[in-house]
Formats: sequence, structure tokens, C-alpha cells
Amino acid sequence: MSATAEAVFVAEPFAPAGDVVIDCNVEKIFYGDFLAVRDSVVPIEKNKITGFIGPSGCGKSTVLRSLNRMNDLINVFRFEGSVMYHGQDIYAKKVDPVVVRRYIGMVFQQPNPFSMSIYDNVAFGLRLNKFKGDIDAKVQKALERAALWKEVKDKLKNSGLSLSGGQQQRLCIARAIATEPDVLLMDEPCSALDPIATRQVEELMLELKKRFTVALVTHNMQQATRVADTTAFFSVDISRGGRTGYLVEMAPTQQVFEDPQEQLTREYVRGEFS
Amino acid sequence: MAKILQQPGSSSTITRAPSSGEFLGDSIFRAVAYSCAMLIILLVAFILWQIGKEAMPAVGEHGLGFWTGTTWDVNKGQFGVLPEIWGTLYSSLLALMLGGIFGISIAIFLTQDFIHDRLATVFRTVVELLAAIPSVVYGLWGIYVLIPLIRPVAQWLHEHFSWFPPFGTDLSGPGMAPAALVLAIMILPTVAAISVDAFRRIPYKVKEAAYGMGTTKWEAILKVMLPTASSGILAALVLGFGRALGETMALAMLIGNSNQISLSLFSPANTLASLLASSFPEAGPVEVQALMYAALVLLLITFIVNVVGLGVQQYTMRKFEGK
Repeated sequence: MSATAEAVFVAEPFAPAGDVVIDCNVEKIFYGDFLAVRDSVVPIEKNKITGFIGPSGCGKSTVLRSLNRMNDLINVFRFEGSVMYHGQDIYAKKVDPVVVRRYIGMVFQQPNPFSMSIYDNVAFGLRLNKFKGDIDAKVQKALERAALWKEVKDKLKNSGLSLSGGQQQRLCIARAIATEPDVLLMDEPCSALDPIATRQVEELMLELKKRFTVALVTHNMQQATRVADTTAFFSVDISRGGRTGYLVEMAPTQQVFEDPQEQLTREYVRGEFS
Repeated sequence: MAKILQQPGSSSTITRAPSSGEFLGDSIFRAVAYSCAMLIILLVAFILWQIGKEAMPAVGEHGLGFWTGTTWDVNKGQFGVLPEIWGTLYSSLLALMLGGIFGISIAIFLTQDFIHDRLATVFRTVVELLAAIPSVVYGLWGIYVLIPLIRPVAQWLHEHFSWFPPFGTDLSGPGMAPAALVLAIMILPTVAAISVDAFRRIPYKVKEAAYGMGTTKWEAILKVMLPTASSGILAALVLGFGRALGETMALAMLIGNSNQISLSLFSPANTLASLLASSFPEAGPVEVQALMYAALVLLLITFIVNVVGLGVQQYTMRKFEGK
């Protein structure tokens, strides 16, 4: 985008090679009167990790949270556009957000286990979905996938909150994947973790994408290069007095970092601003 | 304080060690805080000692039989508080059940986005105002409003379900039911206010986690918020129960002051606190000793309830929160 352009910049649409699980087409996202995000088309490809990067306030978390209607918890939130999930718009009037969130799971920035035992935390979603099979086996499987089983197998009855921060985050991941949701949204899942725990979670993500589809918001560009197959770069437009985020460029991760098409992307990935 | 590091290591700094005056202020504050805490302990010990001393003759004379005796007859010199112990626990448990259910429901209603925040504050203030109404006013309200109001209901329940022990007798006036109802209203603000705080303390991220798993609103409240708030809610219930055990004036007016042990909600009963309140004014020296013994029994019950409640709370905290 050239700085002098009068026309509103809209990113080139990105067409992934594989199947698209969620086709997110944000026209406008408002918080009350405040326009938070505009004009962002973000297709999420099946069995891939889609990374969202960009400076603070660029709306990447807002877009991610729109994908399973988490933003509906905020009263003044308003979404214009569509999020097509297997051909259905999750923002259609008849759709209950509760259902959407069961298919599209989420891992948050802060580890947030429930104040109940480790086992109950992981079994929570299974019980919620009235799972009739072997809960023990599913809990073990989820904890194994989250690389936590070895550390907690002898203390499943202990409170989830008695674990360390990194363990709590992996517990939250286990809780989210125990029900085998279609898509896993991860909102800066490593920002509260130390480098060792971060590495564990990253390895876990690479493991998870074999079975699930992952969308990942991250502040850490190295993390995006390490794990994301596709990267969406968002920026924030402060030219008209607001702080409106928008998609600048979306492409395979390697291209975004090595051969970005947009000036803004180039400056950001080289660390030349913010 | 030794004079080590009194001079900064570098001359280019504007940092300095706290002056001896600042240290003195610190020591004074600590001394005041310690003595206030000690004073409270001493006060409790003094009250216990004083009551114990007054009660000693009665303790020696009646011994443990005082706990199991069922008559309170000054002329025969027979003193037993089993009906009062029963009445105290029964009325308090009934009040705790009612007040607990309503109090926790109010807390959920006020904190879980059912109404606008500002309206919730108004509601909360109104509920807390209930705590400001004097006990004697509750008693009068009970006599003139509540008893006439529930009498037809009690009559109907008694006529149709008299086989069920709590409805075994007719309500002739004061009795367990009006007393427990008023008691429930009196502990409601305590239970509600502390439960509201317990729910408010739950971080937003917990709510997010619950909805993120795909819970409906009720599933989030019942399966996540309630367990998370459980230690705070338990504290609320323990405090409410403690208040119910010791409540005096309203009960003395409403419970009927009759020494009998009955499961019936509609028969008159008595509690330790109302026995003390109604008997003291005309008590002779021997009865005063017995009453002091009764006061000791009440203190002991309250103490046990608080200790057990605290234990349960600690246990839940360890189990749920890993503390």
C-alpha cells in the first residue's frame, strides 16, 4: 500500500491449495461505535496451522475470536460479514453460538483450568457432550496428545490449579482437544509460558495439525515461522483517527517472511516498526 | 538496625536508606497492630473465663445431665437444655437451607449477567439493607404479618399431610415455622453479599474457558462458576449459620418459648439464645448460674460450627483450587 493512496486498502484474497474449513470474510467488526476490524478475508485451511501476526491492536485476536463466536460474550460486539463453516454461516440468525463453540474449540492466552481435578478438567467437555464411551481412555489420550500424561498420571485427582503455568496451559489444550473438535483456535497460547514450555506447546501444535485444523494468534514471529503453514499479517490503520485493524497480506508462511508483497509486511517482519 | 549500607555505594544516586524515623514508624505500626490482635484474643478469653466462672456452680451441680435434661424448672431446681439445643439447631438449619438457597440464587442472579450492572448494585444494596433492620422489628413483623399470613397454609398442610412429621401439629401462633422464616430473611443478606463477592472474584478467563468449551449459560453457571465459587459460598453459609445460632430477639418473640422437642414446624419450641433473653430478667442466683451454663453451651456449639465450617472450607479449597 502506498501511503498516499486515497482508496481504502484491501488485501489480495488468498486462495489456499487445500480444503478450506472456515472461510472467514470480515466486512466490519464493531465494539459499540468503534470499528475494530475491516475488510479481512481469512480462509483457514484443513490440517494446517494458520498463523495470525501483526502489531498490538491490529485485530488479530478479534478476528480469531469471531471464528467461534467468543466475542458474543461482549455485549457491544457486532459482526458484519460471514464466517462459513462447512458451507454454513455461523453468524446466521438460527445458529446457536454454543453449538459453534463445541465444534470449534479454543485455547486462551492465560492458562485457565477450571478449579476442579485434572481429570475432571479434561473430562469436562466429554461430559458436556454426553459422551457415552470410555471417559478414562479419552482423558488419557487427550493428556498424552498434550504431552502432559507422564507428568500427571499419578495425580489426576489433584486440582488443575496445582500445576505450573506451562502444565496448566497443556492441561487447557488437553481439555480443548479431548472432545476432538474440528478446529482449534489458539490465542497467543505461549505468551504466559517460558521458552521450554513454549517449545513443548509448539511441538504439540505440529502434532495436533495432523488431526485438527489450527488457527494461531502469535506475537512471536519466530513462532509463526516455526509452526505456521500459512500466515496472515494484520496491521492497524490510525490514519482516520480510529484504530481499525485490517488484513494486509496472507500467504504461505515462507513467502510472508522471505518475499512479502506489501511494504508494511516487509517492514514488520524485518522488525522495522512496532 | 545495624549501620550497614547506610551510605549509598555510589555518589551519583538519589536513592537512600530509610531514615531511623521511618524505621521507628514501622515498629510503632507493627506494635499497634500486634496489640490490637492480642486484645481481641484476650477479650474472647476474658468473656469465656467470666461466663465459665459464673457457670461453675451449675456445671458442678448438673454436670453433663444439663445437656440431656428436658425440663427447666426453677422451683424444682431442675435444669436441662436439650430442647433448647434441639430448637437452636433445628431453627438454624431450616433458616440456613432457606436463606442459603435464596442467598446463593440472588448472588447468581446479580453476578451472572442476568441484569444490568447498575441495576445489580441497586438490588444488592436493597438486600444488604435487610441487615440494617433491627431484630426486634423483625420480631414484630413476624408476629403481626408473617404468622397470620402463614397460618392458613400451615392449617392446610397439617390437614392434608399430618402423617409427615414436620406438619404433625397445628400452628396456633408462635412456632418453629415463623421463627425459621424470619431467621432465613435475617441471614439472607450475609449469605447473599458474601456469595456475590465469591462470584465476583472469579476471573473473567474462567468464564471465557467455560463458554469456550461450548457450555450454555446454565451449564457454565452450574458446572463451572458454582464449583469455582464454592469455598467462598461455604464461608457465606458458615457465617450465616453462626448468625442464625446466636440470633436472639426475633426468635424470643416468634418461637413460642416452649421446652419441647418436636419435628413439627408448627409447634412452639425454644432456643438457647431466646431462653437466655427471656429468663434472665427474673432469674434468681441459682437460675443465673444455670443460664450461664446454657450460655457456655451456646458458645461451644457456635465454636464447633465455625471450626467444622472452616475445616470443610479448607478441604474444598485444597480439592478444587489446589491450595
